[in-house]
Amino acid sequence: MSPRGGATATAVCAVALALTGCSGIQSSTDPHGPVAGAIYGLFIVFMIVAAIVQGGVTIALLLGALRRRRLDARSVLELDPASERRATLVVSALVGLTAATIAGLTLLSFFVGRTDARLAGSQELVVRVTAHQWWWEFTFEDPAPDRQLTTANELHIPVGRPVRLKLLSPDVIHSFWVPALSGKKDLIPGRLNEILVQADKAGVFRGQCAEYCGLQHANMALKIVAEPPAQFDRWFAAQLTPAAEPRGAQATRGREVFLSSGCALCHRIRGTSAAAVFGPDLTHLASRSMLAAGAAPMTPGGLGGWIADPQTVKPGSKMPRVPLSGPELVALVAYLEELK
Amino acid sequence: MTRRLQPDRRTLDPAAFSRALASGLARLRVKAAGPTTGPGFWALLAAALGLAAFGGLAARALWAARAGRVERREEWRRLSLSKEPDDGGPGDAALALALGRTWARRPGLIGALSTVDHKVIGLRLVLIAFSFLLLGGCAALVMRLQLAGPSQNIVGADFYNQLFTMHGTTMMFLFAVPVMEAAAVLLVPLVVGARAIAFPRLVAFAQWMLVAGGVLLWGGFALNLGADVGWFSYVPLASLNYSPTKRADLWAQTVTFTELSALAISVSTIVTIFKQRAPGMSLDRVPLFAWAQLVTSFMTVFAMPGVMLASTYLILDRLVGTQFFNPAAGGDALLWQHLFWWFGHPEVYIIFVPATGFVSAIVPVFARRPMFGHTAIVLSLVSIAILAFGLWVHHMFATGLPRLGESFFTASSMAIAIPSGIQIFCWIATIWLGRPVFRTPFLFVLGFIILFVMGGLTGVMVASVPLDLQVHDTYFVVAHFHYVLIGGAVFPLLAAVYYWFPKVTGRMLSERIGRWHFWTAFIGFNVAFFPMHLLGLQGMTRRIYTYPAELGWGPLNLLSSCGAFLFAGSFALMAWNVVVSLRSGEQAGPNPWDADGLEWATSSPPPPYNFLWPPVVQGREPLWASAGRPPAVTGHRTDMREVLITSIADAVPETREPSPDESIWPFVAAVVTTILLTGSIFTPWAVVWGAPPVAVALIAWFWPKGDKEDEQ
Repeated sequence: MSPRGGATATAVCAVALALTGCSGIQSSTDPHGPVAGAIYGLFIVFMIVAAIVQGGVTIALLLGALRRRRLDARSVLELDPASERRATLVVSALVGLTAATIAGLTLLSFFVGRTDARLAGSQELVVRVTAHQWWWEFTFEDPAPDRQLTTANELHIPVGRPVRLKLLSPDVIHSFWVPALSGKKDLIPGRLNEILVQADKAGVFRGQCAEYCGLQHANMALKIVAEPPAQFDRWFAAQLTPAAEPRGAQATRGREVFLSSGCALCHRIRGTSAAAVFGPDLTHLASRSMLAAGAAPMTPGGLGGWIADPQTVKPGSKMPRVPLSGPELVALVAYLEELK
Repeated sequence: MTRRLQPDRRTLDPAAFSRALASGLARLRVKAAGPTTGPGFWALLAAALGLAAFGGLAARALWAARAGRVERREEWRRLSLSKEPDDGGPGDAALALALGRTWARRPGLIGALSTVDHKVIGLRLVLIAFSFLLLGGCAALVMRLQLAGPSQNIVGADFYNQLFTMHGTTMMFLFAVPVMEAAAVLLVPLVVGARAIAFPRLVAFAQWMLVAGGVLLWGGFALNLGADVGWFSYVPLASLNYSPTKRADLWAQTVTFTELSALAISVSTIVTIFKQRAPGMSLDRVPLFAWAQLVTSFMTVFAMPGVMLASTYLILDRLVGTQFFNPAAGGDALLWQHLFWWFGHPEVYIIFVPATGFVSAIVPVFARRPMFGHTAIVLSLVSIAILAFGLWVHHMFATGLPRLGESFFTASSMAIAIPSGIQIFCWIATIWLGRPVFRTPFLFVLGFIILFVMGGLTGVMVASVPLDLQVHDTYFVVAHFHYVLIGGAVFPLLAAVYYWFPKVTGRMLSERIGRWHFWTAFIGFNVAFFPMHLLGLQGMTRRIYTYPAELGWGPLNLLSSCGAFLFAGSFALMAWNVVVSLRSGEQAGPNPWDADGLEWATSSPPPPYNFLWPPVVQGREPLWASAGRPPAVTGHRTDMREVLITSIADAVPETREPSPDESIWPFVAAVVTTILLTGSIFTPWAVVWGAPPVAVALIAWFWPKGDKEDEQ
């Protein structure tokens, strides 16, 4: 490659990296775990190779097309044997180089693909992930039945500890993907898949279903909150407790609405008589930051709008519109807001 | 414990076994056909299928008996191989008159429906494919409007899901594959120096099947039955439980229609290239365009049955309750993905390989020298075709297959970069060593090389398992395959349009509008699709109708949408160019580019019989070697349609074969087949009452008509 080609390739590469390096809570270029980190490193290597090849080919093509030529009266079929031979040599060498590069990248991919195998160990936390149309259910597996915590759409994990996610789907194919932590893995009916994630730093990482799963595929987000082990333990203990008794008349009225208007046919609030498991567990609903797998924020307004008309906020969602009067809705929101 | 080790008595008892079988069958029947069908259904189905098969075979046998298979091998000696053409003498005029009468197209509507002229059918297929490009493109623009900003509500989720399904299905099944087949039908007989395509009635049938498939899909869309499960239609989402309307059935049957059409055209292409080449066009002299079409046709023949099988299983699951894909009943959801991608990955090369054929035809003409590395390119094409069947699993890396197995598919997916690289190096070497002439087709070829290399490099990335697990099903992949399919196939297609337009219409496209077209297309395409790489890396998943502002994807999406509209505008420029040039373009003459291929040896547009003097080939660049006037074959009959049959390897003349006349029956057969296949979306009975009309149409189609020579 000419020096000019090298310089251009480096420039292209630098620009591309600068563009892709922007962070975000759902960006694969802002890794916070060993698996995502290793993949990002591999990506940089591929990018450099790609930039060199793209630059080289483009320059060779443009030079070849635009270079000055001696004017002569050769016919189209007269070829110069010496330059044909030179071209054969160059092309053969480039094909060899291509093959060697490809082999190198294949081997590198093979080893990077085994990063998570090095994480596996006895300190693993095991969480069962069940994907539904269109929300996520998380259940911590534990030998003690009273420590099998079930929650929805937001999963807290301790920093520095590998978490083995067992992936299941009772309906259609979904795909679990939190780019900051690792690549994706499908949840397929009739199969059990696993993926290992680990966070190296505390933070909130967003992910969403990556396999088209029907009408509301776009609104099937999840969050992973990585926090220091002590903080995680506190969160876990708090989540295990049953829902708090409502404070004040408004919230108490709200609980009655919840238990009498149909909400309890699908949802569970531990500590009350609502024990259905068709929809997300709401025992600590207000401790989460989003509703309806990301379709609405966890605010009084978001909650009210979502309950009043789910089919507008998330058309096609399995949550039906339950007819409530204005005061009933206000009371219900007041109650749910207390479920920290 | 000991009891368990003993063989199960029940399976050994014949009476019990037959009872179990009978009850199982009864249960199957009830489950399979529901209340609409009983034993009579299965009996009539068997009878109808039997009648259809028997009818076809009987007609065929009758034909063979009456034709008597006159051995024409001896008569071939009457042909002389290398006569100098008369060159406009009185002999030429008389010959043109006689051939014109024999090969005349019937006028009127019946004539239009009966035509077997490959140029007419090929041009129709091109127009059909570009109409679907327009429809699929409009769907894309609506999607780009919706995604131009966060949380927009221009279209709802349901309509958006239909849009992206229609876009993908249309572009793959109704535009990209058909347009490449159209190029084969239109050009292959001309390129190999034949008077007609092989099995022209089959090709006529194929055009109607394609139309039927497209009308079914878009007619459904107009009736709010647009498919909404993605162009890949994964189960269980596409199963009856999760897609209870007829949308998924319309999709599946559209696939059946288009693949039937593709298979028919591939068979004709293969036979045309193998058996109807001009004398002297031995395999080492076959033009690269024809090689590419040959390789593609073989890939089609091996790939399409996979998806036809899958779509038929899907219809059976949905219509009569088979459980191929239902894990709860012993089926397997992943089986669908294996069958679909077994077809789906070769599909990409079925689109890309003919495009490389365009490029290999165009590069030498505008570089003004023979192709560098002709043999290497042929071998690359063949190895791409073989490797293409060994990488379907790279669409399924996230499904949790065994890791060692995945590594093999990484290796094969990356290995395909080698034959692709060989082609690119050979094109660049040809340009480097030649004396390029910058006309519009050449500009599109240069654009193609730059864009395709880019798509290929991101292709190497998605072949790597770890990288793929991050970018799979994100906009990075959307960017990747649009670079491969638009950069790698549509740019060569546009080059081909500019290159062969004068041959087909007799007029040149405007060079000035052509340059505007190229630059708007090149810039618009990059502005539309380059940002998608970055969006994918930032976590934007595919097939989402909306996204929240907090993710920061808004600005790049807006940029991409602007590029999409610019790119769409470039097609408006092309349409304008075509209209203007058809009215007042420069007259082309037989060979406006001073090209080397046989199609340029005849007038523009070619007469219905293609060549007044069917050419004889003496080298790889027949027109350059003979100063534009290749020697010709004489001794063909002029009072009946004949094509020359030559040997596969050396193209040594073997016999003269009658070429079928025009016939309305392929059209009728297509209509009744359409009724059968469309009816079977709604009731299994359609296969029963639909089969006899198909049998009748096929019998009429194959009905022997004694020709003069056979009766002698």
